[in-house]
Formats: sequence, C-alpha cells, structure tokens
Amino acid sequence: MSENITPNATFGKGVRRLEDRALVTGRGRYLDNLQPQGCLAVAFVRSPHAHATFQSIDTTSALTMPGVHAVLTIDDLMPVLTGRKLIVGLPSAAIELEVDRPILAGDEVVYVGEAICMVVADTRAQAEDAAEYVEIDFSPLDVVSDCSLAIKAGAPTVHRNLPHNRLAAFGFRYGEVEKAFSSAAHVVGDRYEVHRGGAHSLEGRGVLAMEDSLRGVLDVWSSTQTPLALKKALCELLGRDENTIRVEMPDVGGGFGPKLVTYPEEIAVAAASVLLARPVKWVEDRREHFIAAAQERDQIWDMQMAVDADGGILAIRGSMIHDHGAYTARGLNIAYGSGVTLPLPYNVGAYALDIEVVLTNKVPTAPIRGAGQPQAAFVMERLLDKAAGVVGLDRAEIRRRNLVRSDQMPCLKPLKLRGGTNVILDSGDYPATMKSALEQSDWAGFQVRQQQARKAGKFLGIGIANYVEGTGRGPYESVSVRVNRKGVIEVVTGAAAMGQGTETMIAQIVAEQLGGDLSIVRVKTGDTDNPLGFGGFNSRQTVTAGASAHAAAQKVRKLLLQMAGHILEASEDDLEILPGKVAIKGVSERCATFGEIATAAIGLPGFAIPVLDKPGISASEQVIINDMAYSNGSAVAEVEVDPDTGSVRIIAFTIAHDCGRMVNPKLVDGQIIGGIAHGLGNALYEKMIYDATAQPLTTTFADYLLVSASEMPPVTILHTESPSPLNELGVKGVGESGVIPTAPAIISAIDNALAGWNLHFNRAPLSPQDVYASLRSDSKGERA
Amino acid sequence: MDNHPLELTINGKTYKTAVEHRKTLADTIRENCDLTGTHVGCEHGVCGACTVIVDGKTVRSCLMFAHQAEGCKIRTVESLARGDELHPLQEAFIENHAIQCGFCTPGFLMLIIGAYENDPDITEENLIEVLSSNLCRCTGYQNIIKAVRSASGGLLAIGSDADA
Ligand code: FES
Ligand code: FES
Repeated sequence: MSENITPNATFGKGVRRLEDRALVTGRGRYLDNLQPQGCLAVAFVRSPHAHATFQSIDTTSALTMPGVHAVLTIDDLMPVLTGRKLIVGLPSAAIELEVDRPILAGDEVVYVGEAICMVVADTRAQAEDAAEYVEIDFSPLDVVSDCSLAIKAGAPTVHRNLPHNRLAAFGFRYGEVEKAFSSAAHVVGDRYEVHRGGAHSLEGRGVLAMEDSLRGVLDVWSSTQTPLALKKALCELLGRDENTIRVEMPDVGGGFGPKLVTYPEEIAVAAASVLLARPVKWVEDRREHFIAAAQERDQIWDMQMAVDADGGILAIRGSMIHDHGAYTARGLNIAYGSGVTLPLPYNVGAYALDIEVVLTNKVPTAPIRGAGQPQAAFVMERLLDKAAGVVGLDRAEIRRRNLVRSDQMPCLKPLKLRGGTNVILDSGDYPATMKSALEQSDWAGFQVRQQQARKAGKFLGIGIANYVEGTGRGPYESVSVRVNRKGVIEVVTGAAAMGQGTETMIAQIVAEQLGGDLSIVRVKTGDTDNPLGFGGFNSRQTVTAGASAHAAAQKVRKLLLQMAGHILEASEDDLEILPGKVAIKGVSERCATFGEIATAAIGLPGFAIPVLDKPGISASEQVIINDMAYSNGSAVAEVEVDPDTGSVRIIAFTIAHDCGRMVNPKLVDGQIIGGIAHGLGNALYEKMIYDATAQPLTTTFADYLLVSASEMPPVTILHTESPSPLNELGVKGVGESGVIPTAPAIISAIDNALAGWNLHFNRAPLSPQDVYASLRSDSKGERA
Repeated sequence: MDNHPLELTINGKTYKTAVEHRKTLADTIRENCDLTGTHVGCEHGVCGACTVIVDGKTVRSCLMFAHQAEGCKIRTVESLARGDELHPLQEAFIENHAIQCGFCTPGFLMLIIGAYENDPDITEENLIEVLSSNLCRCTGYQNIIKAVRSASGGLLAIGSDADA
C-alpha cells in the first residue's frame, strides 16, 4: 500500500480516538441512557431452580400491584410471535440434540436464571416488586451441575424429555498417533480443568423497543455485538419485513463475547412493545448478568504428549469434555476452536482429540474473549512444561525446538476450520517473537534473581506461554464510504463497536487514502440497513471491515481525482489529495474542495454528469477473505508466591506479540493489556461457583473477583509486525490475544516458584487456598 | 411506595423532583435529573461506575438514597468540562487511551478528582489503592494510571471551584 500513502498518513499512527470526547464528558449514548417518553420497564421472573417443571403461572396478585401494565408469559406473547423458540445455533452435522432457547419458558426450566415471564410496569422498581408476587407451581427435578457427571451413563437428563446429555461428539485426527506414542522416548500427561467465568462488560445487556407509528417501523436498540443477527431474528419471530424493523446499536459498554449472541430477552421485549403499543425497555442488572448472560470456559481435558529424547513433539492425544450449558446459544464453535487451536503454534506430528459437548443445568455457554483458545493454550503449554521437566530441558528451549518456524510460512496445518476452510498460519516468526520476550524479561538471568530472592526468603518464579490467535473470521464485512456536499467523509459499516475503537480504526484506514484529515471523517458502526454484514466477534473487524474500508476508500480516492481533474482542468497525475481538498501538486491553492467535488458529482437536473460513470463520490465494498489471519505471541510472567498463605503476586509481565501491521499501536496496546487483565482474572481470581444442585453462589462482584488496579502488574509490550498476506493492509486481529497466554504463563511461574515442592498445577483459576492446600498435601515439599 | 418531594443541588444547579424514599441517588441523578453521565454497573457498591462527589467526598451513588443527599452539593462528570474546554484529566484520559468502552470512565474521573482534592500530594501507592476501588473491564488500568500521572499537576487548579 505504500504507493497510496498521502502526506498526512493516518494509518499506523497512535492517533486520539474519535469516540472519546463524548465518553469523557458523560455524553455517551448507552442503552440505559435512552429514556423515551412513556417508556415502560421490564423485570423478568426467572427460575430459582436449575431444573423443574411447572403447570401454572398465577399473575393475579402481581397484576394488582402499583404501576403494573402487564405480566406476560410465552402464551401471552404468542399472538405477535411466529414461534416459541429462538433458533440461532451455527449448523453442524455433529449436533445430536436440538436444544434451542424458548423466548420464555413454557413448562420446564433448565437453569437458574431462565426467564419465565415478564412484568411490565411504569418503573423497574415497580416491575421488580410485582415480580415477587408472580406465583409458579414448580416441581423440582434432578439436576446435573458438573459436565463430567452429566456425560456418565444413568445421569439425570438436563431436559426431562431428552434421552441423554451428549449434545455432540466429534474430534480431530491426523498423523500416526499410536505409532508415535509407542516409539516415544517420553510420554507425559495429566487431567486439566479450565473453569467457567463471565464476561462482565461493565454495562450489562439491554434492549429498548418502540413502534414508530408514523414510519410504520419497530425501532429496536440493543447493547449487542451483532445487530444484524438480532434484526434477522426479530424479522423471523415477529413475522415482519426487513424494512419495518430497524435495529440500532447505541454506545456499548463492553462486549467480550456474550453480546454476540441474540437472546430471548431481546425478542420478548420487542414482542411486549408491539403487544402493548408502548416503548418497553429492559436493562440487565449485575445479578442477571451473573445468572443469565452466556458464560464460558468449563472444559476438562485428559491429555498425553509423546516426545522424543530431544524434546521434539511426536504426538498429542486425548479427550475433552466441554460444558455447553442447558441450551444452544451459539453452536459447537468454542469446543471446535479449542480443538483446532491446541497444536497450532508448534509442529505436532500427529494429533488425536475426541471431544464431547455436554449439556448441564447451567446458563448456556457462548464465546467469551478468547473463545476456546485460552483453554487450548493452557493445556498445550502445561504439557510442554511437563515434557521439559521429563526431558531435562529449559521450558523456553523445548518450545523453541518445536515452534513453527518462519521458513515454514505460510504453514498449512492438517486441520480444518469449522466452516471447512483450511488452517494456514499466514505469517510470523514465532521463535523470534519468543526470543524477544525472553530477552526483555531477562529469562536467562532469572535463576540468579531467583536464588538471591530465595536467600531473602522470597519465592520467585517465572513462566512462559506461547499462543496463536485465529483472527479475522470471514467471509466479509461491509463498508461504504461517501463524500457529502459539505465535504464530510461519511463511512457506514456493519462492523460493531463495543469499545475497541472501531470507528477510529476504520477512519484511519479511510483517511489514509483521502487526505489524512480525521476530523472530517464520520463513522457509523453497527449499520443494519445493509443486510450484508455480521458484526463484532472473533477479533475480525480490523481484518474484514479494514479490508473493505481500504478498498472503498481507494475507489473514492479515484473518483475524487477524476472529478477534480475535470474541475481543475488538469491531468490526474498532476493532482494530490490534501486534507479536505484535491489540489495541483505543489500549488495547494489551485484546488477543488471535497464539497465542491461531491456537489459536482451529484449533479443537477437536466445537466450531464461530467467524467464519472455513476453519480456521487461513493463506494461500497465487501472484500471476501475466507482464510483466517493468525496473530501470535509469547508471554512471560514473573511472580512471587508466599508459601505461608498461598498468595500470588505478579511482579512483571512481558508480552511480545505480532498482529501484522498495526492500524493504531495505542489501540493495539489497549486491547492487549485489557486481555491480560482478563487472563489474570482467569488465572487467579474469577471463579463462577455453582453448588451440586447448580445454584450459582457467586452473583456479586464481592464474591466473583475482577482484577482491579492493585492486582495489575506492570506490563511490557513488544511489537513485531509481520504483514498478513491475506489482505492488502497486512493487518490481523488482536482483541483476544492478551487473554490467551496469560493463565498458562502465570501458572507455570507458580510451579517454578515452588520448584522445591515439585508441583504441576493443572487447573485455573488457582486461588490462594488452592496453592496453600497443594503445598500442605505434598509430602515431598521442603520448606525454606 | 409514594414519591416524596426532593430538592437536589447538582453541579451548582437545583433540581426539584419527587422520588420514593428507596430510590438511589444514582437512579435519581440519571432518571429524574437527566444527567446520564453517571453510570450504574453493579448496584451493589463494588464497581464504582456510579461514583460522584457529595460535599467533597467521593461516594458510590448506588449506595446512597437520593433523599440522603438533600442539601448536599453533588458533582457529577457533567461538571468537569467548561464548555468546549475539557478538564485536564479528561484530556489526559483521551491522550493516554485510558478509555475503551467508556462505561467506567465517569466513575474513574470523579474518583480521581475527589482523591486529589482530598490529598493533592497523594503518593503513587495510595493512588493505586484509590484506583483499585473502581472496576474497568476494558483497559487493564495501566493507561488510567498513566493518564493520572500525566495530569496530576493540572488537576486541582480546575477541579475545586466546581463545588460552588
Ligand atoms: S453501580 Fe455503584 S458501585 Fe457499581
Ligand atoms: S473502559 Fe470499558 S469498563 Fe472501563
């Protein structure tokens, strides 16, 4: 793209974000800030049981409560709905059981928090008061809380009418696994458990619906990552044409995955608004986010790795159980993603993994930042640590020997993505990236530091983990770019902004081609007028929307030059694009402004449009990119462990990463550090606890701990830019990178700090109690 | 649950309204006074998104009833900018990319301004301690800390007369 760079280049610069001014002054337009006149509030009545049937819902008393307009069950909503269920699962032949979510439960509830009916009142407080008076005659049934028990023969079933709990079984297999294991110098293995947690965007979900009778349109605002998917579901379930529903995305206070799923509550609120002919709003409170927004990560892996005498990985085999929750909110994508990810950064000669996706009486799972990749990295990196110990190699050295090398790029892996396309690592120098992390963190000098600290009674440890992140999930995202009569560059895209700086990122790519003045670019994200698009997930938007923005801006650039050439009576070769205008090279006062050019291109009735084939300075693009772009990196964590209390403090954290060309290094850093904070939570703090009857026990931020400023270590970020060959800009995604290697790097460092005890921690998160208990139960332990 | 008359002084302006005794200050600021810059992230006093300054002290407005704040001087994020001119801390948040989704931002701004007004010489260690009272899911805090460091000189100069 170098030939296109304008003098005021914006691409690659750490510019200020376009979004921020409104956000720092309290003028963000988050869902709950939208307060239309006469808006009614919803409180959902949710199941207190993890599994129960019911016959009747008695709403009589609730209806007499002050301010109440309606108490609606699924039967009450049916007059405006075309079906009772929300069917959103991605297709897969491996799925054996159909468990789509009901809009509201009809006669059976299968997890605590499942919505049964909705109280609509003047205020939320009144709706919640009345919800207490809705009486439901539950008959509790047997519950399955733990996915490893749910898969056992004779286990109670999550849904009373289903024969078993195995939603799907599938796997991955390549190479001669058994042969590799029988000839291996060493075999290591363990059972690894990665735990379920929540997304906890600071703003929960929320939806507002109101019919505009003047336009004949149902307006819906939702704090979602996928407004187009919501629109599709609403059109289907309300039986309406696309042009009679408009879905808008307000400012979104964080997404992190669960908001990519369309939820029954969104449908129910829209239906209630149609039914009552009033604006109706529901805002998820924190408790609801804890019990009813999708969660992720519960997986149990039984894995073995075969290595040769030099530590070369010969094969990996094993099985994994994935907790799907009670319904299908997305599909098999998380478990599939885990399976694909596990061997990616390394040369693994043979691989066999059997996956069982299992129903439990818990809230459905769906991607949370990382989407299956953190679990896979955890297992792979833990196995490598174990193998290093057995072979007698340094943990970094065994990785170096096995990492995919730069001379292998692009590297075709014998694996397929869930859509059937190939897995091809597109670019990068993984060993070099790891080397830079090792140097920055002084890996080589750590032993000396460790011994010195030990003399002072301190237990320091260091750990490393590598990762590859699949980004830029295709096939495309829409971007249109138009210059209006005022000379403003209007950009509209289906890409969704959840706080990552999507508007700024797209504006930088567009402005790069169009004079470099960001102040005249306006970006509208989350567009749903154009049905071609998907929204925000899978770290996909910089790649997919970025490529379309680039292509559209290049077309607009050409149009500007063509028309300006006509106006200025000059050859296009003699023109240059400056901020807001096109000028004769070197003579900036001989120019046509963008506004003049656009006005000429729009034309006048009865007059011919000069030069252009089509009127207007605009272009719309959907660049198709089927293969994923793979970012990579290495994280090194240095920790101090207190064996007397089991507490762990992160002293330093280094991450070397490569996400291709960076559109905005500041935003990239922001994504990475945010991901690391989340990964630190997954390593040490965030634990969503359910009891044996699947009652959630951690439903406040006092019980479920998010990382705060005091737990956050200083983070050093090192950038390498290996352009992706898959798109013209050479970009890759980065939104989930930080979270993937963090837990395995930290857990590895904890093992290392406690080397005298010879421990191998095999799960995350690890609380001080867990560490303390392991130290006490291990008789080989030696004390300071 | 009847509404009872209430007069609140927010950012130097008087708001006359009527709310139930149980209504929180956060909800009242947002719904009755139309100042939606104060956000609600947990409603149980942990996240700090709802932080405002009441009579010079930072409080979690989800843990205070609106009627308890009657007669107090309340300051919210909307008080910080002077017309088009941003408060130095707001500038620093933008410059240092201390904002991603922005939902926690008003709470952090008020938390930090309150802390500096109470102790202009606050130490680095105490600052981290103070910052750890609010939650941010997006930024990992590093850039928030950076922003505070870069702004701390200019903070109080503009901050304190807003009480008027
Ligand atoms: S909303 Fe007040 S502390 Fe979270
Ligand atoms: S910026 Fe999103 S929660 Fe802080």
